[in-house]
Amino acid sequence: MKEDIFTKGTNAIWKFFSSVTLTVTTLILFVLASIPGTIIEQGSPEKNLQLLTKVVGEGFAPKALNIIIGLGFLDAYHSWWFVVLLLLLTSNLTICTIDRFPNTWKAIKSPMGPLDDSSLINMPIKAEIRVKGNIEKTKELVSKSLKGHGYNLSEKRVDKTLHLYSQKGKYSRLGVYVVHASIILVLTGAMIGSIFGFKGFLNLPEGETYSVVIMKTGLLTQEEENEREYILNTIESVSGDFVRVSQVMGIEPAMLKSKLKRYGIRPLGFSIRCDDFEVDFYGNSDMPKEYKSWLTVIKEGKEVIKKAIKVNDPLTYNGITFYQSSYGLMPSLRHAKFVLNIKSNSGVSETKHFNFGDKFSIPGTGMEGVIGDFSPALGIDESGRAFTYAETMNNPAVLIEFIEKGKHKYSGWILKRYPTTWKLPEGHTVEFKDLWGAQYTGLQVGRDPGLWFVYAGFALMSVGFVLAFFRSHKKLWARLKEEKGEVIITMAGTANKNRFAFEREFEKRVKSVREG
Amino acid sequence: MTSSIFFSLSELAYMMAMVGYIAYLVFKRKGIGVAASAITIFGFSTQTMAIIKRWIESYPIKIVNEGDLLSKLLHSAPFSNLYESLILFTWTIILSYLIIEFRYKNRSFGAFVTPIAGIVLLFIDLTGMSKDIQPLMPALRSNWLIAHVILSFIAYATFAISFSTAIMYLIMTAEKRNEGFYIFWTSSVGLFLIVLIAMAIDFMTFRVAFRTPETFIKSYLFRATFLNQSTGISIMSWIVASGVLFLLWRFGYLLKRVLDTFSISIDTLDDITYKSIAVGFPVFGLGGLIFGGVWAAQAWGTYWSWDPKETWSLITWLVYAIYLHARVMRGWKGKKAVVIASVGFLIVIFTYLGVNLLLSGLHAYGEL
Repeated sequence: MKEDIFTKGTNAIWKFFSSVTLTVTTLILFVLASIPGTIIEQGSPEKNLQLLTKVVGEGFAPKALNIIIGLGFLDAYHSWWFVVLLLLLTSNLTICTIDRFPNTWKAIKSPMGPLDDSSLINMPIKAEIRVKGNIEKTKELVSKSLKGHGYNLSEKRVDKTLHLYSQKGKYSRLGVYVVHASIILVLTGAMIGSIFGFKGFLNLPEGETYSVVIMKTGLLTQEEENEREYILNTIESVSGDFVRVSQVMGIEPAMLKSKLKRYGIRPLGFSIRCDDFEVDFYGNSDMPKEYKSWLTVIKEGKEVIKKAIKVNDPLTYNGITFYQSSYGLMPSLRHAKFVLNIKSNSGVSETKHFNFGDKFSIPGTGMEGVIGDFSPALGIDESGRAFTYAETMNNPAVLIEFIEKGKHKYSGWILKRYPTTWKLPEGHTVEFKDLWGAQYTGLQVGRDPGLWFVYAGFALMSVGFVLAFFRSHKKLWARLKEEKGEVIITMAGTANKNRFAFEREFEKRVKSVREG
Repeated sequence: MTSSIFFSLSELAYMMAMVGYIAYLVFKRKGIGVAASAITIFGFSTQTMAIIKRWIESYPIKIVNEGDLLSKLLHSAPFSNLYESLILFTWTIILSYLIIEFRYKNRSFGAFVTPIAGIVLLFIDLTGMSKDIQPLMPALRSNWLIAHVILSFIAYATFAISFSTAIMYLIMTAEKRNEGFYIFWTSSVGLFLIVLIAMAIDFMTFRVAFRTPETFIKSYLFRATFLNQSTGISIMSWIVASGVLFLLWRFGYLLKRVLDTFSISIDTLDDITYKSIAVGFPVFGLGGLIFGGVWAAQAWGTYWSWDPKETWSLITWLVYAIYLHARVMRGWKGKKAVVIASVGFLIVIFTYLGVNLLLSGLHAYGEL
């Protein structure tokens, strides 16, 4: 008796988890749960506080923000309710598969046999053809018309009647399971990625070498921020030797490790250097054509790989991949070098590197130039005044003051992108070749050991789509009966999907039998 | 001749076809139907030519001197901004429609499908979005671009078709004015009609009468009607809109009588709705989500980042998954499933335009 209730209980639970109603309900809930994360800006309390202040007023805004954070809306796709729905969906998917798969497998594996007369008559798709001749000849006719269409005929003789039958596409019944399995594979890959992988970023200035990446952390206090900065500087000052870092800081390696974790600093296990970063523009426009970073991987003091990465073309070393993601201007020009090619009117030319404020002379003449000002994006306003229109190096320009015999002669802007500005009235040219060390390249850095599971899931899903939506399990029967010098062929067929298309196919086969 | 002449020709043809198909529905003259089909085919051919021409015109502008010929050709495909994607959308809708008209030998769908193309073309003209061929930005320079975009739009077109037949299904099956399904279809059709009319009025007042220069939709849409500076006109517009909704609700059942004369069975409508989705769902899954994911992994280092566009694409896909599952459930076959199909398309529109206009994120290429 007790056992009965138990069985009933588990049966009820099983039924609940394997029902399509649950699938539809969970999917609807999942859809609704995905929406808030697209509307509420994720992971930025400050912006949401501003917005809330506008909506509910200053007094209530912090409280409302706390409620929103508490409910996980600022990290909606990792919140407990989202994860619960995801788990519910996955278990529903798994249990549905276990529940339904045996029947499907039976339908695939059960041998096909001839139909008895009454079943044949009740088939919704059927046709009758009478032809002159004997059964053997007619059999040839039927098998000829089905040949080359994927039907392999079996036959069975009952008294004077010949039954021919065939099926194709029976494995298409697995399509839905393949799609479901692929979803589970993708989710598994996502889980592996989030547990064993990492995602971080790195703003790497031109000419610098880093051996760590920075990951997202919780909110840090000012004090913690300062300590993080100090640790980062220490790491780079000893070129990523972590034994020395703990020595310099005077803390245990274990302590250092926990601090690194707290501050989202992740050692790469090697170093990476940005040799150069450049943005290419289309013609004279400000429309970027390509972002390029020249990177070098350094392991134990040796250069291992050099590669110029672009958007859509990353660098991978040791399972860690560097993606071109953003770029920007360094706050100061302290480490920046102006690369100028100076050519006098007599044809003597030299290329040299200068710091901001440096003086240079034009070879073979008494003229000198001083680098007096710099603009990353020089524009001219309506009244003809120069101004900087962007915070990125869209149109780098350097203002040079020219001096002859200690006296100011003239000064002018020299623009990297406009060769006409390089020419001086005396026939000398000062070409602004590059400003090196003024920009940083923004790199996404990550390792995702789950990626191949996800890709395998994608591939499997594509196969599943074809099986589930573009193939169907089709069966054909033909009964051949001799009657007064005539053979009556009764043909029938079924398909588990897309009946309209199957009917058309059936009609074609019938027609080809009829016309021989 | 440049591509823009062909585009204008096709646009004119589609507008005429829309009027033609609706007239055919009302007057039931076979001649009108044949003419509408002929105009649609003409429009489709000119648009195809226009797209090919634009592709050729794009080649020198979009190409950087790198890569093999194949990837150069792929990169110069004219499907990389909002204008080009909307053109591709109308092209795929009309193509799918022509296939259906040919296969089912029935022209009555035309009156329900061509207005979707019409509304898109009006939207393009009204918003004055840039029609220039722009060079490719670095993130878009990938061989995945063309597969991702084309497959997504084939799916969008099939979803548009399923929406049309779903609404026709509801027209034919729900005729009681107090029935939820009846209210649903009359208000959906009403909203489409109101938006179409309001945009046409915007177009006429701002484009034709004042010839104002190109501006953005954000400051433009519905300015002639609902958002008019004059409160009187604005209130009038709301009253007229409510009137349209009321009239549709009051007399919508008459549409059923019109459709009845075309001898389309509700099973055929259900079948087309299902089949369009059965094509669109896997195509969108493959082209939109899978190809998009692989591309994102290459470009941004992560195949999924819950960016609003991605999330809404997933929502779209899941809503159609709900439809496919609901159809096998007892009691959901028929009207309920068809309602999900039409909701699916409303979400497609939001994913496509609403996300670009209202929410920010990584997919900012589609901005106006």
